Amino acid sequence: MQVSITVNGVVHECDVDPRTLLVHFLREELDLTGTKIGCDTSQCGACTVHLDGKVLKSCTLLAAQADGAAVTTIEGLSENGEHHPMQTSFWENHGLQCGYCTPGMIMASAAFARDNPGASEAEIRHYLEGNICRCTGYHNIVKAVKQVADAAAAT
Amino acid sequence: MSTRIFGSGIKRREDPRLITGEARYTDDIKLPGVLHMAVVRSPYAHANILGIDSAAAEAMDGVVAVFTGEDVDLAGIPTAWLIPDSDLKTPEHPALAKGKVRYVGDGVAIVLADDRYRAQDAADAVNVEYEELPAVIDPEEAAGEGAPLIHDDVEGNIAFKWAPFDKAASDAAFEAADVVVSERILQQRLLPTAMEPRAAMAQYNPATQELTLWCTSQNPHIHRFIISAVTGLNENKVRVIAPEVGGGFGSKIPCYPDEALVSWAAIKLGAPVKWTETRSENYLITIHGRDHVQHVEMAASNDGAIQGVRATVYAGMGGYLSTAAPGIPTILHGLLYVGPYTIDSVYCESIGVMTNGTPTDAYRGAGRPEATFLLERMIDKVADAIGMDPVEVRRKNLIPAFEDGYEVAAGLNYDSGDYSTAFEKALGMAGYDDFRAQQAAARAQGRYLGIGVTAYTEMCGLGPSQVAGAVGFQGGLWESATVRVTPTGKVQALIGASPHGQGSETTLAQIIADEIGFPVEDIEVVHGDTTETPMGWGTYGSRTTPVTGAALAHAARKLKEKARVLAAHLMEASVDDIEYADGSFSVKGSPDQAQSIQEVALMAHLAWNMPEGMDPGFEESQFYDPPNFVFPFGTHIAIVEVDAETGVIDLQRYIAVDDCGPQINPEIVAGQIHGGVVQGVAQALCEGVIYDDDGQLLTGTMQDYCMPKADMFPNFELGETVTPSPHHPVGVKGVGETGTIASTPTVYNAVLDALAPLGVKQIDMPLTSAKVWSAIQAGSANGGGN
Repeated sequence: MQVSITVNGVVHECDVDPRTLLVHFLREELDLTGTKIGCDTSQCGACTVHLDGKVLKSCTLLAAQADGAAVTTIEGLSENGEHHPMQTSFWENHGLQCGYCTPGMIMASAAFARDNPGASEAEIRHYLEGNICRCTGYHNIVKAVKQVADAAAAT
Repeated sequence: MSTRIFGSGIKRREDPRLITGEARYTDDIKLPGVLHMAVVRSPYAHANILGIDSAAAEAMDGVVAVFTGEDVDLAGIPTAWLIPDSDLKTPEHPALAKGKVRYVGDGVAIVLADDRYRAQDAADAVNVEYEELPAVIDPEEAAGEGAPLIHDDVEGNIAFKWAPFDKAASDAAFEAADVVVSERILQQRLLPTAMEPRAAMAQYNPATQELTLWCTSQNPHIHRFIISAVTGLNENKVRVIAPEVGGGFGSKIPCYPDEALVSWAAIKLGAPVKWTETRSENYLITIHGRDHVQHVEMAASNDGAIQGVRATVYAGMGGYLSTAAPGIPTILHGLLYVGPYTIDSVYCESIGVMTNGTPTDAYRGAGRPEATFLLERMIDKVADAIGMDPVEVRRKNLIPAFEDGYEVAAGLNYDSGDYSTAFEKALGMAGYDDFRAQQAAARAQGRYLGIGVTAYTEMCGLGPSQVAGAVGFQGGLWESATVRVTPTGKVQALIGASPHGQGSETTLAQIIADEIGFPVEDIEVVHGDTTETPMGWGTYGSRTTPVTGAALAHAARKLKEKARVLAAHLMEASVDDIEYADGSFSVKGSPDQAQSIQEVALMAHLAWNMPEGMDPGFEESQFYDPPNFVFPFGTHIAIVEVDAETGVIDLQRYIAVDDCGPQINPEIVAGQIHGGVVQGVAQALCEGVIYDDDGQLLTGTMQDYCMPKADMFPNFELGETVTPSPHHPVGVKGVGETGTIASTPTVYNAVLDALAPLGVKQIDMPLTSAKVWSAIQAGSANGGGN
């Protein structure tokens, strides 16, 4: 079937198998492999993207259902060659190790900090339940998200 | 003098590609014309294969071929740790099952198709007829009378029995003791769950007869020789590439059937072949960790001196012996029974048992967490039995500080340790003395606080190759590295190890920068490709910083010496008059006369004016075989509150004081500890594999297997002490596994301490609220509670 999906600002008109998951569409059709797959039950959050500005696990949606929507992936988060503040904060706070959960973690956290300026550590930890990291013990991820959420509150 | 780069918490050099999604993991790599492999897997834990009908699958759109175990002419997947003096049996492990399946997930057939979805559809259409057989999962039960026999050539399902210590001496110590405590400890099966599932892609060039295999590996050079052995290709015609690898925790050490099968299929079909496991598949077939049933005893005197520890361990091996499996519950376990304590008598009988579970192998800590747990659990029981504070029992038994070697009863020679300093520091941070008063006050209000304290040391930085050979490891345990400087003074450090999240591209660059003065941003650490890098045995056992780091430090020192001689020659000075500081060589007494390391590197490449006998170029290599293991240590403390109405545990504080020698990058060290602690705490509180009686994996997805989440943890409170390793060129020890080793007993003992007034003496891990609640009910019924 034919779909038209805007990804990172570029319109893609594609013929897809109707059963294609959005995450496979991004990875296989568009070669946007920054979006990862870490489970098959929508627990891990490695495939998190933004769909029309909202946080979405791209394994939970068919590409067909994204017809007409605007998707932002990790590759589209930087603007004008500058890292998004959440990317910078993960780097500065050692919020990643193997990096596999990182794109999804950053996509989820970027939207959270935008929508919840000044969020408390407890709120951040609660929110991150949908994104699993096996390396960092979450300590520095929480620190990274808090730094951006605090900065958002200060402006 | 600039700030020293060694010891500086600089930002990681690997992060820019990771935070932007530009890093390429195995499944991210695309080849034109690639075929996708799906594996038909056994739905039964134990069954005979009566027939396989693939006609329907072969007729499906996009399907290129279907192969079964009878078609695939690969040698068996080898076991590479052959424990001596243990009557070890190594049953054949075919890449695809022949005649019989031995665990749920055992591969039966492979399907090759032009698309991932179509390959899986066709795999589902392969019709396999089975005759189901009785299955056994519990290792103690599998070793017992009447258990179903899993391999005809492994009598009684017992793959090995390892008991290297003096039993008579141990028995005598126990007979002489005032008090003996005992417990049956269940080290439950765990799922390593690297966030990147395993994947493999192979491409074969028939003209050159070269095979390239991209795969999720912690040790591509080991993968190369195993793939060479099972395919029959010459090792120099096999190139293994571990691209970006998304965590391993031990689960990407073994060579699995899947890597061999994509290689075989790529050769057979003349097309690249790719396989990527799903998480459900990962939970079925990628190795599991732990799986011990331990019968443990500790002997002590009434004044709290520990006199002996002994255990019989039934270690579940699963359906086949994985690559390093026999070494885990033996060498990496029993030799750790002394811990940081003055225990003069140890005894361990470890029985490796075949079961119908997924094969087990090294999982973060690998044998050492299971040893530390039993020691720490037993010490708390001794304290309870003799009415002494558990901290006082530990304090009384800690080995006094030593700087260069300490022989312990288990046969190891610890390199250095100052256990008491770390112990007292952690107790101070936790406010232990005040805590007991708070605990008493809380109990009076019906609130149940508990504290757990673990002192540990562990053996890592594996290890001297001579020791590896003596204990049956089928490889060396040295590392090699080349420091290659380009004419313009930029550095490539080529290493045989294969980091996959540890930050080694940064810490190893810091070692080189510190030794020879190149700025860290001019140093690239190259790893993961057997064609580009020198031989090495891989990244596991907290060994990359201790072993590869030492190789690099030595290679850099060789370069520095060459530079000193060349600089002296260029400045027409005596070598003895050359002084070095911050990457610059100057002549003593005339500081304006200087050559930077970059200038010297250029002149070495140009070779216009070399000293007599000096070769051109600016590159040095070092093979480094460590003279001993390294032994990091520390003390961890947890404070919990248990809600007696619900059984819910709140981890309120976690204090970790670790000593891994001088820290190259304190941020990275802290990150390793954070992650390790969460993995260990999760074993205590939530993670655990559950099989049903037929050997079906009930915790087969992240929906059912409880992975630790951010909201289960407080911010961790870290401290350190610094005791250098005497045998390491920069004094460092490993830190990748300490958190996991120390944290499980710490939290377990804290919970049991909280529950003490409720009559609860033991709960099998994980300590889920349902189990804690049930234990409280049973404890109260038995007269506990106040």
